[in-house]
Amino acid sequence: MNDDTNFKHPSFYPKAEPDNSHPISFYLIAWLVLFILSALSYYIDYVNLEGMVRWVLITILALLKAGLIVSVFMHLAWERVALIYTILLPPILLIVMLAIFANDGNAINVLRYSLS
Amino acid sequence: MNDLVKDWSSDVSTFKIRWSKAMMWIFLISDTFIFGTFLISYMAIRLTVVDSWPDTSQVFALHVGGTDVPLLLIAIMTFILISSSGTMAIAVNAANKKDKRKTGIFMLLTVLGGIAFVSMQAFEWTKLIVDEGIRPWGNDFGAQQFGSFFFMITGFHGLHVLIGVIYLSIVSKRVLAGRYDGIDDYQIVEVAGLYWHFVDLVWVFIFAFFYLW
Repeated sequence: MNDDTNFKHPSFYPKAEPDNSHPISFYLIAWLVLFILSALSYYIDYVNLEGMVRWVLITILALLKAGLIVSVFMHLAWERVALIYTILLPPILLIVMLAIFANDGNAINVLRYSLS
Repeated sequence: MNDLVKDWSSDVSTFKIRWSKAMMWIFLISDTFIFGTFLISYMAIRLTVVDSWPDTSQVFALHVGGTDVPLLLIAIMTFILISSSGTMAIAVNAANKKDKRKTGIFMLLTVLGGIAFVSMQAFEWTKLIVDEGIRPWGNDFGAQQFGSFFFMITGFHGLHVLIGVIYLSIVSKRVLAGRYDGIDDYQIVEVAGLYWHFVDLVWVFIFAFFYLW
């Protein structure tokens, strides 16, 4: 029986705790990148970018920062796949809710202009 | 994917992490929904208000040396919170190496960052309420709803920072006092760190969608 199907063999179960021992410089680089991304999103406001360019850039920078914090600082990138899915799947509901209310807000505006 | 199936089907504990860490993650997911619904309701209202939404770079401008610098205070607060997240990551790293002193010191640095953040927020609120007359029911800059969303969202986030400051102070005091020596491998520091990074994570979205949008 090979290890892949032998339920009693220790190697069937992956290591209990992920290896969290990164060198300090690893976190300092993540820190620096977060600084640069924040400075960039502040710069968007400083130079007064408007409209779609502004919104898309702000959203991309926010998502990049969020991804960096969650994966590196919160160590999610080194967690077990079962935990990663448990954490990342439920917030999809928020995107559904966002879509519903964006649609609703749009409908209210359309109604308002068609009545006036 | 193979690991995922094995974890869920192997008839033993699924996540193979300490319960404190699993419960902190569950709490953070529920908190994600709280802040998520706050920001979505803000979007729903901002999409449909009749008056124009106040220009945040004008409302939150700071008067420095004769000119108005837009969003200066908010930018400083953002950098402070990111830095405190960085020191917290170093504290967790030191805890993994069982370096008690370094863990405690970097947690205290994180606490200092949190205190600075809350103080600057108190300053910001004072300026907005006293000098600029912004109220939850109205203001001079535009749509009335601006105030209620501002106070609700940043207030709830500030409360999280304040609770985090208290939480980290207690844990760092206990770490330095040697309370966790030999038990639990200082895992509690990592759990406290998850909370603190989450507070930083929420601020990323508030900064992007409330202040910059």
